[in-house]
Amino acid sequence: MSIFGGNGSKATRGFREARGNLRLTGVTKEFGDFTAVDDLGLEVPRGSFFALLGPSGCGKTTTLRMVAGLEQPTRGRILIGDTDLTGSRPYERPVNTVFQSYALFPHLTIRDNVAFGPKRRGEADAGKLADDALELVQMSHLAARKPAQLSGGQQQRVAVARALVNRPEVLLLDEPLGALDLKLRRQMQVELKRIQTEVGLTFIHVTHDQEEAMTMADTVAVMNHGRIEQMGHPEVLYDLPKTSFVANFLGQSNLGDGRVTGTDGDDLVVEVAGTTVRIPKSRSTVHDGAITFGVRPEKVRIRDQRPDGAGNDVKATVVDVSFTGVATQFLVTVASGTTWAVYEQNLDVERNHLRPGDEVWLEWESGHAFGVPVNDVEAAAATVADPDAAKAEPRAHQSADTSGDGTGDGSGSDPDALAVPS
Amino acid sequence: MTASTKAAAVGGRRTADGAADTAGGYRPPALQRVRTWFANRFAIIAAIVVLVYLFVPVAYTFVFSFNDYRKSNIVWNGDAGPTLKHWKNPCGAPGVCDALVTSLKVGSIATVVATILGTMLAFALVRHRFRGRSTSNVLIFIPMATPEIVLGASLLTIFVQGFSRFGLRLGFWTIVIAHIMFCISFVVVTVKARLQSLDPRLEEAAQDLYAGPGGTFWRVTFPLVLPGIVGAALLSFSLSFDDFIITNFVSGDETTFPKFVYVSYLRGIPAQANVIGFSMFVIAVALVIAGQVIGNSRRK
Amino acid sequence: MTVASAHVAGGGTTHADPAPAGGARKRSWTAYLLLLPGGLWLLLFFVIPLVQLFTVSLQSGFPGYPGYYYRDVNIGNYGTALTEFAGHFGRSLLYAGLATFFAFILAYPLAYAMAFKAGKWRNVMMICVIAPFFTSFILRTIAWRQILADDGPVASTLKFLHLLPGGHITETWMAVVAGLTYNFLPFMVLPIYASLERADARVIEAGGDLYANGFTTFRTVTLPMSMPGVIAGTLLTFIPAAGDYVNADLLGSDRSTKMVGNVIESQFFKVLGGFPVAAALSFTLMALILAMVFLYIRRFGTEELL
Repeated sequence: MSIFGGNGSKATRGFREARGNLRLTGVTKEFGDFTAVDDLGLEVPRGSFFALLGPSGCGKTTTLRMVAGLEQPTRGRILIGDTDLTGSRPYERPVNTVFQSYALFPHLTIRDNVAFGPKRRGEADAGKLADDALELVQMSHLAARKPAQLSGGQQQRVAVARALVNRPEVLLLDEPLGALDLKLRRQMQVELKRIQTEVGLTFIHVTHDQEEAMTMADTVAVMNHGRIEQMGHPEVLYDLPKTSFVANFLGQSNLGDGRVTGTDGDDLVVEVAGTTVRIPKSRSTVHDGAITFGVRPEKVRIRDQRPDGAGNDVKATVVDVSFTGVATQFLVTVASGTTWAVYEQNLDVERNHLRPGDEVWLEWESGHAFGVPVNDVEAAAATVADPDAAKAEPRAHQSADTSGDGTGDGSGSDPDALAVPS
Repeated sequence: MTASTKAAAVGGRRTADGAADTAGGYRPPALQRVRTWFANRFAIIAAIVVLVYLFVPVAYTFVFSFNDYRKSNIVWNGDAGPTLKHWKNPCGAPGVCDALVTSLKVGSIATVVATILGTMLAFALVRHRFRGRSTSNVLIFIPMATPEIVLGASLLTIFVQGFSRFGLRLGFWTIVIAHIMFCISFVVVTVKARLQSLDPRLEEAAQDLYAGPGGTFWRVTFPLVLPGIVGAALLSFSLSFDDFIITNFVSGDETTFPKFVYVSYLRGIPAQANVIGFSMFVIAVALVIAGQVIGNSRRK
Repeated sequence: MTVASAHVAGGGTTHADPAPAGGARKRSWTAYLLLLPGGLWLLLFFVIPLVQLFTVSLQSGFPGYPGYYYRDVNIGNYGTALTEFAGHFGRSLLYAGLATFFAFILAYPLAYAMAFKAGKWRNVMMICVIAPFFTSFILRTIAWRQILADDGPVASTLKFLHLLPGGHITETWMAVVAGLTYNFLPFMVLPIYASLERADARVIEAGGDLYANGFTTFRTVTLPMSMPGVIAGTLLTFIPAAGDYVNADLLGSDRSTKMVGNVIESQFFKVLGGFPVAAALSFTLMALILAMVFLYIRRFGTEELL
């Protein structure tokens, strides 16, 4: 299949045909004094759905733009298969982008928008290809319209079709669903996943929405400060975060700083704020000295009395109770003064009897705990440290998990770009 | 007015939630509604009054084109009644049509040159960072902040005392040179505004879709900036066609239409001037409306 | 700067990306190539003539040879300009100021209606504002002379109502200011319209929601949002009005309503040997206006104009 066959047209001169995995080696991007992307190494297997997840300004959009060719790395190489793409222009790469604001050409019809790429490459049947692509995203009936006459969701589909029609080796999606409302976003997530499975191309999806990343991607890479903190299958990442940043950015975690005091079989014995807890050695990246202990809120059980089971436990005071339908969320203060979150599924019909101020015991299985290195800066920023603040505005601190909008920035603006000096 | 018509009018800029969004949906309390009703009508009524005011002298020009005047077409001749003779013979007054042709020629040449030069300047200023950029910005702004009479006076002194050494005489070409000069700044400002409102992602998208620098420019940038360029050209032509003050300084013996009217006012103005002035008005309105209609049908 | 531009974009697509895609980092020789023809034109036919005008303003006439000058540093020309013609300068600034004020009063409702109330009539109204340009402004000014004439409709009505003590409108400052107001009105309407059109109607609605009072909304929300347009409009009206001489010539009297423009014109064309004083007058006028413009821009702070 030689879609990108050199037909000698002007637009394809210098075009770099390439197949295979996308590889980034030692990629660094500096804007003046600011390092947006720091020595990034990455390999994305061909045909996978890969998500780059991170907060505003973490360098994910800059990474995407370097793969697209819209920025050139300060150092490092970008390859697809064995073909080095570093230094080539965007129009010389087998890579297409679905832009954040869609960037549909307002002066062209939908069909002409989609046919733009094939025409520039000199495809004889550009119109036919465009129609097929519009068929794929179920937009054929609006082919003759102009972008301004379409709703946000429809524009989004067109943007996907316009990129897909070129059958790129890698398709880049820059916060493609950011401007859509929640319901439409869910729908498009499913749709994009379907399309990816259907066409079998490599998709790289940049987002700050951890839920979106986990729903859609085979592999998620969590970025922070221009580096990849951790990369892997979403379930693995969630179950076993390797840094406190990942523990809090991907879902939510109850964390506590402590010290490894010894070992007991396969477990580490850790002292956190006067309480002794256990972490399986296999679930900790630190085996001695300072450690941050963590456990996910839904893995914690709340008890009226001290449990006598084999699990770990700690005494706590209820601060806030919120009923969310399927679950009830408790905010509790543990002895050290740290606030924890606990989710209990509402399995029973009887109403919950706990009220703020009640004394309770928290219990969890030691096999659910994890240990990560202490990160003073991140820990201070990410964990709920101030119980008063938690009382006043509990949701704000816990927003990483449920809102599906990790940074609270759902406006659709490009957060990465804000950090780039002009 | 819905947001979608507004978006269409703005052209190209659209809200994130697109056409589905409407500005309405909010209903204020009754008393406020009454107030708003008056406020709304006030703006509309005032606007219509001002528009009428703008057209009163045009109407006068039209009416006096039928005047069977004696010496000068200033006072209505009630004894004779309206006549069509000036409309039947619009070039009847000596020099009037020559002046019109000169104005049209000057306007066309000045518009073409000023639009090209001004558009190039606008692109340089918006798309490039270079040494002397802010100086260039000021250099382009100052001609607009300079009274026409000063522009005319300075050009007169240079044409008479300086450039005459190179064989440049006051006349047709000095008018053209002057008109290009004062039109450039207006072109730059108009095109610049359009260029600045252009979403940079559109050009990135074009590059991403295999358009090289030339393809990106001619297929995306240029078509999107074109309305601004057309607007700038129309503005240039109307400024040039209507200019009297600068023209009067640099024209020597050459006569443009406004100069013809001004000069003949002292000797006795012919009604043919009214015929031509009003006709130009009608032609201009017809052309602009035709352009709008074509533009609208293309947008659909 | 990034935040500002995103803010200006308002309700539209957010372009927070400060790295200009079209390549602001293109090699600068392209920039100079683009600048060269236009820049050269402005240098040759704007900057150099101004320099020439300045040298002329310092020249002296050859005694006994009217119309011939020699290079000199004759500051006396400026003395003559400022003393003999101080009244003309004052009138120019006063008339232009009044005309700008009246034009603003007339233009704002029109621009507002075009931006927010006109709907599909918006383009028609736009054409109506520009169209009168094509009937030569000299013709329209002559029409005003006819309209405002002693036996014309305006003067007769005012006289009937005993509102016109002098009995004349033409040959007085009123006719000159009226003419200036009329002629430069479109230059006031268009920038205000442009800035209002860019403003988000929903913000103004929200303002109405907050203040309930229409005038308060206007003063606190609408007017500030259209400020760049108002500034541009007042400049585009005031500057040509201050330098105009056609209105004073066609509508005013020979004695009491002459403006600087009339003096410059007659010094150049009617007074033999008047070139240096005319040049000094022009230069003073320009300096005066530029100083006012820059003070004005600084006071109301908009770099957008530059």
